Amino acid sequence: MSDPKIEGFELKPGFKGMAEDTASDQTMFKGVHWGKAMMWIFLLSDTFVFSCFLISYMKGRASTPVEWPNPSEVFALNAFGVPVPLLLIAIMTFVLITSSGTMALAVKYGYEKNKKMCGWLVLATAIGGLTFVGMQVFEWSKLIHEGVRPWENPFGAAQFGSFFFMITGFHGFHVSIGVIFLFIYAYKVFAGHYESGKKGWFTKLKGDYVEIEILGLYWHFVDLVWVFIFAFFYLW
Amino acid sequence: MNDTEKKQSSSTHNIGIYLWIWGLLFVLSFFSYLVDWYQFQGLLRWSLILFFMFLKAGLIMMFFMHLFWERYAIVNVLLWPMTAIACFVGLMFAEGQYTLFSRLFYFFVGAE
Repeated sequence: MSDPKIEGFELKPGFKGMAEDTASDQTMFKGVHWGKAMMWIFLLSDTFVFSCFLISYMKGRASTPVEWPNPSEVFALNAFGVPVPLLLIAIMTFVLITSSGTMALAVKYGYEKNKKMCGWLVLATAIGGLTFVGMQVFEWSKLIHEGVRPWENPFGAAQFGSFFFMITGFHGFHVSIGVIFLFIYAYKVFAGHYESGKKGWFTKLKGDYVEIEILGLYWHFVDLVWVFIFAFFYLW
Repeated sequence: MNDTEKKQSSSTHNIGIYLWIWGLLFVLSFFSYLVDWYQFQGLLRWSLILFFMFLKAGLIMMFFMHLFWERYAIVNVLLWPMTAIACFVGLMFAEGQYTLFSRLFYFFVGAE
């Protein structure tokens, strides 16, 4: 979160402030840590990648004369002998939102330099992410057993499989990378790297709790992408 | 060092705001699941899905990703490129309709 009071003078809010920040012949993103600005730029480029996947899915689904498989039947799960539509997907959504919430609190406690709370919450986020990936593996193997392939499936339009594996696979890959980094950063918090100012990898700069916020941005982005996938792929 | 400490102390927010947003996200996800549960169809289904989707996305970006508290310089750099995506969606939607039309036309009418 950028601070309105830096470098000894007060920055103006709103669009006037934006014009002055941009024209100031200094750093443009005032009060924003460079790592955070770079993470945001990366997330912007990632937004474009995911948009291209979802747009090609829209185009593929809109242009096929064959009927599209009904997602609420394809992704239904038997619970106590009754098929419940989208049961697993709904649980996955709630798990990811839970982990997003713990991450937001981890960032908050990180800024308050509450090492213990921050570390446990990052760890909880990592476990949530791991649960999500585990459920996705279950979902994939179930569909593969039912005969869904990138080139054919027993439910309807052949394009369904390729879009499904590509979009959820790329998202699951993001979650997996996030889980790895969450475990690493949970270790870094517990080991007190941000109190001792231990240097990170590939850098001479000292570690700081702002890294937890940067990691949080990535994790919330993964949740954000899932919001769109859930709406367009599973519900539409 | 004193300067950075001051910067960080002003960066924390009340825990209440996070818990509220967290709860809201749960409720909104539950509602969007209900859209499928009750099998709403047609325009009602699509508009409800989009409404809950944009509300959830907005809450995550505004509060969990802190855009609400960021300066306009970074917020605008991040949000304006989305208009390019919206244009792309519009273009590809039109293209999809045309592809479907030409497929059906040549499947059933045939090229004379």
